Amino acid sequence: MTTQEILSNVFCSFMGTLGFAIMYNVPKKYYLGCGFTGMAGWLMFLAVNAQNYVTSSVASFFGAFVVVLMSRILSVRMKCPITIFLISGIFPLVPGLGIYNTVYYIVTNQLTQAALKGIESLKIAFAIVMGIVIVVSIPRDVFHKVYYLYVEGKD
Amino acid sequence: MDIEKVKETEEEFTPSDGSVKQVVDFALEAGRILLKNGGEIFRVEETITRICQNFGVEHVDIFTLSHGIFVSAENEKGDVYTRVKHIPLSGAHLGIVAEVNELSRQIAENKVTIHEAKERLEEIDRTPPSRARTQVLGAGMGAACFGFLMGATLTESIVTFFIGCLVYMWVILAKHWHLSKIIINIAGGILITLCAILANHFSTLSTVLRLDGMIIGAIMPLVPGMAFTNAIRDIADSDFLSGTVRMMDALMVFVYIAVGVGIVLITYSNMTGGFVL
Repeated sequence: MTTQEILSNVFCSFMGTLGFAIMYNVPKKYYLGCGFTGMAGWLMFLAVNAQNYVTSSVASFFGAFVVVLMSRILSVRMKCPITIFLISGIFPLVPGLGIYNTVYYIVTNQLTQAALKGIESLKIAFAIVMGIVIVVSIPRDVFHKVYYLYVEGKD
Repeated sequence: MDIEKVKETEEEFTPSDGSVKQVVDFALEAGRILLKNGGEIFRVEETITRICQNFGVEHVDIFTLSHGIFVSAENEKGDVYTRVKHIPLSGAHLGIVAEVNELSRQIAENKVTIHEAKERLEEIDRTPPSRARTQVLGAGMGAACFGFLMGATLTESIVTFFIGCLVYMWVILAKHWHLSKIIINIAGGILITLCAILANHFSTLSTVLRLDGMIIGAIMPLVPGMAFTNAIRDIADSDFLSGTVRMMDALMVFVYIAVGVGIVLITYSNMTGGFVL
């Protein structure tokens, strides 16, 4: 990957996530957090996806993992529901395109392609579920303690 | 004075029949606002339980679906109060979710009385969505950026920005007219494809505007990312029933979009004769 490609990916994932945060009426003070969450998730996805021994669903798992982890840290830090960062941040990873393509192939009667795309989207959706479940099952106290110990320097 | 004060505290801490009703009604209203604006099932249940327990209603059972809440509460005298609320699946306003969450946090810290809380909740419910212009620009930006991420060229992304804006204008207008989701998304798909075909005719030899590149980005504002993410989250929490309903809601929107896009592309390829999709 060239530097230019990396920079354009960083910029576009940030701005794209921000655009959808605006569409979903996220309050202004959370815009930056949403943008960074989406960016981190997408970059993680790209980095893992670039290895040729993993499939895109594994890459989505790692992307979702980073997104949920960042959302949880941010939601503790900014004292707001995790949904705000999670929904905007996970948007780049959601297989919207895959599902659209599946249905499109069904509509245009290309059934083999539809089956391929459909199963791939299903795998990605399941990978995202796994990513969410793993991070969400870390107890809430862990995040509070880590945050107050290392960020604010008090109990 | 003193007697009045004692009466007030008594009213707050030992719920009479009237106040059980009042507390449950308030909690249900908070739950309705959360669910309507895109809160998850467990958040709705947690908020209702928290509000009820802080205002002195100890026994409360909640059953929440993606489009309905059932609450049953009981005071120590054994009087039972039950309510059912139907909440149609609708749009997203994450700002309101954040506000209600903040309010419930304050209630848990005993900072607000129930009357203040009621007034604040009514205020929150009336929060308008952001200005249409901002939303339209956001949609365009999202469409262009995601189009680029999915492999469109720079020129295609710029065209996608305008198509995305146009589509979201249509969505806002159609929601204002209370059109059904089916019409909004099929017409949205048709609009996107027509614009893309129009732009395709302006492509020169040096800058080819591919239909794919533009359509992929421009459908993004229509894609139900919120419903899909919430469905996934509910399934992750093992709320399979609500998760399935929301997933179905999201999948149907994909079908409508693809039908809209498909109709125009097939007609166009038949008209131009042998143009490969």
